[in-house]
Amino acid sequence: MSSFFAQDVPLVWYLLLSAVLFSLGILGFLLKRNLITVFMSIELMLNAVNLSFVTFAHQWHAVKGQIFVFFVMMVAAAEAAVGLAIIIAVFRARATLAVDRIDLMKL
Amino acid sequence: MNGSLHLWLIPLLPFAGFLINGLLGRRLPKALVTAVALLAPLAAFGVVLFAAAQAFTPTEVRSWNGPGPVPGALSLPYVETCPLGWINIGTLHVDFSFVLDQLSLVMLLVVTGVGFLIHIYSVGYMAHDEGYARYFSYLNLFLFFMTTLVLAGNALLMFVGWEGVGLASYLLIGFWFQKTTAADAGKKAFIVNRIGDVGFLIAMFFLLANFGTLTFSEIATKLGQYPGWTGGVVTVIALCLLLGATGKSAQLPLYIWLPDAMEGPTPVSALIHAATMVTAGVYMIARNHVLFDHSPFALGVVAIVGAVTALFAATIGLVQNDIKRALAYSTISQLGYMFLGCGVAAYSAAIFHLMTHAFFKALLFLAAGSVIHGLSGEQDLRKMGGLRKKLPVTFWTMTVGVFAIAGAPGLSGFFSKDAILYSAFQQGSFGKVLWFLGLVTAALTAFYMFRLWYLAFLGNSRSPEAHPHESPWSMLGPLVLLAILSIAGGWVSFGGRFYEFLAPVVGARSEAASGDSLEYILMGVAVAVALIGWFIAHSFYKQRSDRPAELAAALPAGYKLLANKYYVDEILSASVVKPLLATSTYFLSWVVDKAVIGGLAWLLGGIAVFSGALLQRWQSGNIRSYAAWLAGGAAALLLFVVVPWPLVLAHIGIHLNWAGR
Repeated sequence: MSSFFAQDVPLVWYLLLSAVLFSLGILGFLLKRNLITVFMSIELMLNAVNLSFVTFAHQWHAVKGQIFVFFVMMVAAAEAAVGLAIIIAVFRARATLAVDRIDLMKL
Repeated sequence: MNGSLHLWLIPLLPFAGFLINGLLGRRLPKALVTAVALLAPLAAFGVVLFAAAQAFTPTEVRSWNGPGPVPGALSLPYVETCPLGWINIGTLHVDFSFVLDQLSLVMLLVVTGVGFLIHIYSVGYMAHDEGYARYFSYLNLFLFFMTTLVLAGNALLMFVGWEGVGLASYLLIGFWFQKTTAADAGKKAFIVNRIGDVGFLIAMFFLLANFGTLTFSEIATKLGQYPGWTGGVVTVIALCLLLGATGKSAQLPLYIWLPDAMEGPTPVSALIHAATMVTAGVYMIARNHVLFDHSPFALGVVAIVGAVTALFAATIGLVQNDIKRALAYSTISQLGYMFLGCGVAAYSAAIFHLMTHAFFKALLFLAAGSVIHGLSGEQDLRKMGGLRKKLPVTFWTMTVGVFAIAGAPGLSGFFSKDAILYSAFQQGSFGKVLWFLGLVTAALTAFYMFRLWYLAFLGNSRSPEAHPHESPWSMLGPLVLLAILSIAGGWVSFGGRFYEFLAPVVGARSEAASGDSLEYILMGVAVAVALIGWFIAHSFYKQRSDRPAELAAALPAGYKLLANKYYVDEILSASVVKPLLATSTYFLSWVVDKAVIGGLAWLLGGIAVFSGALLQRWQSGNIRSYAAWLAGGAAALLLFVVVPWPLVLAHIGIHLNWAGR
């Protein structure tokens, strides 16, 4: 596995990529109106975190980080199943997926 | 041999009657209600008689084998204490104890005896009333509290009875509560009594602070150890007790509730507002006489209050046209005599007058009730007249009562009134003034009682349409018995035996009670004065019935002053009630309650609502705004943790300085 990562790519680049992906996820989450896009942004953030986990696991030669990644992926899969089901239910009920319109909790 | 005597039965039997009739009375048949209501006081009276029989048995006799205790004799005072105790907090010990001594025995005989007679009378008087069971449950409740008051061995237990009789009085004055005047009269009695009760309470606090006990006998013992201890705090205590007594016994300045209390049923007026409850103040002073003996000033105040009240109420009684109100002012006046007796330290004479007054005033009220009953509720003397033939038994018993209160020689009122006047006369020039006031009152008493007698019973009927009927025997029986007591009751003092009997409790009379030529002279003067009163009444109402109107026309100011009862009610209304109501309405209700308290509540509520409205904007319901706050918060935390703030700040010249840095 270590041969896969070129030795001359420093750790910072991985972490920067992870931070950029995470920030893009946040921005997408905050700015996009479509519920599915918002959902995809969450997945993006999760994967950005996964990337930094893997990076650190490689850096410190610790397997725990990689195990965490599997956990996160498993939760993300379960979340995707539940979230998509909710999205379908919301669409059936409201005939819209615009986040701003789904505001029944507002006073 | 006291094991067979159970004092606690005396209050408890009427209380059982109250519980049965009060809880179940509506559902029970009337005969059963009557039986319970009569048996309870009768049984209590039986216990009292039993105790009296034991008490009157001489404790020691010289028999053939020498002196020794007699089986069945009771040595007084006999104390009965509840073994469970009552109040035990720190240094405060108050027992639940009943004391039977000569004084409480006399009171108990009067209360349960006269009380039982009035219960019988009520059976006839209240026969057609809807609240029959309620009435008797209240009446039994009154006896419960009154006997508690009389038997109490300490001031606190007495206060329990004291408040209780006030409650019973309130309930019975307002018995016909559908009538606004009756309900108001009940409230007035209760509130005015409260003012006096404050005095009693403060006196108890002072007693606790200075003597550490509320038990009468212990107070007497402690005072006995310091014979020179007069005035000072003892005067304060005595005056506070006097305030309580003036409230309960309707003396100046707190007498105003008693005339209004006549709104209650007439037997109630007889039992509570003439014979027993209103005499509680006199009893209380006699019970605490040691305190008064140690304060000549307080005694003087008692005497002045009594004498002035006697005269004051008698003058108002002169012009009353309501038969019950006339008797009510007479009661206040006679209570004034008792206070006068207490004030000149002739406690046994005061108690003697209390007893005879209970007989003849109960008789007068019950006879008046019989008149009212016979006239179907008419109470106005001006509409009566000529009842002698129509109500013969009522007439003759009433006549006995009138002669007794007017002081006809040989009847009970003659002896007791003379005893008080004689004692007053002994007290130097101050006493002479008091005696003179009492003497004038005696003349006025004779006048207004004979006025009532002439107006109601003699002459011709002034309402021809009325068809008076004599009352049933359940009412006439008590009248006859009370008439006999009113005639004979005075003779217990013959030879000073009554005073000797009471002497162990209230002290001996200072002078020889009889055999003194001065006493006979004073008696003669009193009788002469009573005759003058009778003669004026006779000439006014028998011979020339237009004279009173002429006199009233000749002295319009004086007549109006008396007819309006010296405007005391109006003065109090203007000086106390109205300012109090105005303060309550404008200051307490508007300023304090609505502005301050209400405003504060609105302010607090307003702050909550306002801050809620502000925070509400945060909770937009927009998920993305929540997420933005979340992200912003996370970024801020990150910024706080990652940036080396002390270094940054030091760079721009701010040096943080806290522990560890």
